[in-house]
Amino acid sequence: MDDSRPIFLQIAEAIENDILAGTLAEEAQVPSTNEFAAFYRINPATAGKGVNLLVDDGILYKKRGIGMFVATGSQARLARKRRDQFEAEYVHPLIAEAAKLGVTQAQLVTMIQAAPIYEGDTK
Amino acid sequence: MTTVVEANGLTKRFGKFTAVDDASFSVEENTIYGLLGRNGAGKTTMMQLLTGQQFASAGSIRVFGESPVENASVLGRICFIKESQSYPEDFRPKHVFASAPWFFENWDAEFAQRLIAEFRVPVNRRIKKLSRGQLSAVGVIVGLASRAPLTFFDEPYLGLDAVARQIFYDRLLEDFAEHPRTVILSTHLIDEVSALLEHVIVIDEGKIIIDENADALRGEAATVSGTKASVDAFVGARPVLRREKLGGLTSVTLEHLDSADRKTAVAAGLELGPVSLQQLIVRKTSIPETEFGAQS
Repeated sequence: MDDSRPIFLQIAEAIENDILAGTLAEEAQVPSTNEFAAFYRINPATAGKGVNLLVDDGILYKKRGIGMFVATGSQARLARKRRDQFEAEYVHPLIAEAAKLGVTQAQLVTMIQAAPIYEGDTK
Repeated sequence: MTTVVEANGLTKRFGKFTAVDDASFSVEENTIYGLLGRNGAGKTTMMQLLTGQQFASAGSIRVFGESPVENASVLGRICFIKESQSYPEDFRPKHVFASAPWFFENWDAEFAQRLIAEFRVPVNRRIKKLSRGQLSAVGVIVGLASRAPLTFFDEPYLGLDAVARQIFYDRLLEDFAEHPRTVILSTHLIDEVSALLEHVIVIDEGKIIIDENADALRGEAATVSGTKASVDAFVGARPVLRREKLGGLTSVTLEHLDSADRKTAVAAGLELGPVSLQQLIVRKTSIPETEFGAQS
């Protein structure tokens, strides 16, 4: 965990990443709040806040007396949400920085096309 | 949530020196608190007041709804682990652990045994012959295994090595999850414990200067840097925790920045940086201005 951002947000993101990567499959049970707390060495109340954030978003749902599960359709919903975030957090600043340096949009497109292709997970 | 501790206008003077100055705060049940501050800030005095070991000069304290002073029903629910615990002459760690159940009704002897093995405490050695770290381990074990509804740890780990400190943090979290209770932890190792804390109270020169949820604190502060003119324009009338200058570059630490503020700063070409809990507290409790190099 990094100490400069709220930890509950980081927990929520870590769970989202696992769902996006398929490590946590849809309808699979997610670890309990106390298990998250012990694994990440954080306060259980903070871990609970992170998990509840995803419950409020409908990414996770509770089965009474059993635990927390990944909702069907979560992966696609998260992918959409992350794409929007990517646009706001990376693409817009990229264009702003390019403009500052006098790089035109056309030049920027050429640069992106000429950049080495990332051979990682394409999901 | 139930309130365990309620302090109002709490003040403690020693002659002309005011150790705790008009402090008002409350402590909620089943929460881990960090009581943080510099040496001599008033942390230990505060804990002594809450545990009835000092009389307040002014103000009121309620612990479990009653005054803690000479109050067996309150004190029986409190465990106070301090840095310099003294034990009877000729005591050995096994005597400490054997007498603990007399004071703590929730004492878990089996848990204590596991901790003794993990911390490698020589139970048959005289307390006087223990190393500083081993002595601290004895206190930490009592604090954990007593499972008191209100547990104070005042700088519990002087001399404890990194492995032992990690064991302490891990067992505290595990046991807290299974047996929720209120823990007030005073320490200087803020970076090490910050993820354990749910709530932070910072005391400086006897006054409470921060009383907030730890995660809320973590998200709000930021450094903003750029040219002096652009930083000044952004800062405006906001209170600045710390200002640093390096040539034409100015960097300020601000305590509260919401997401709209952050967008404005980025749009103005300013650079935003993170501030950890430890950095935030250092900046809140030290001299606010540093200049590197020549006057700009």
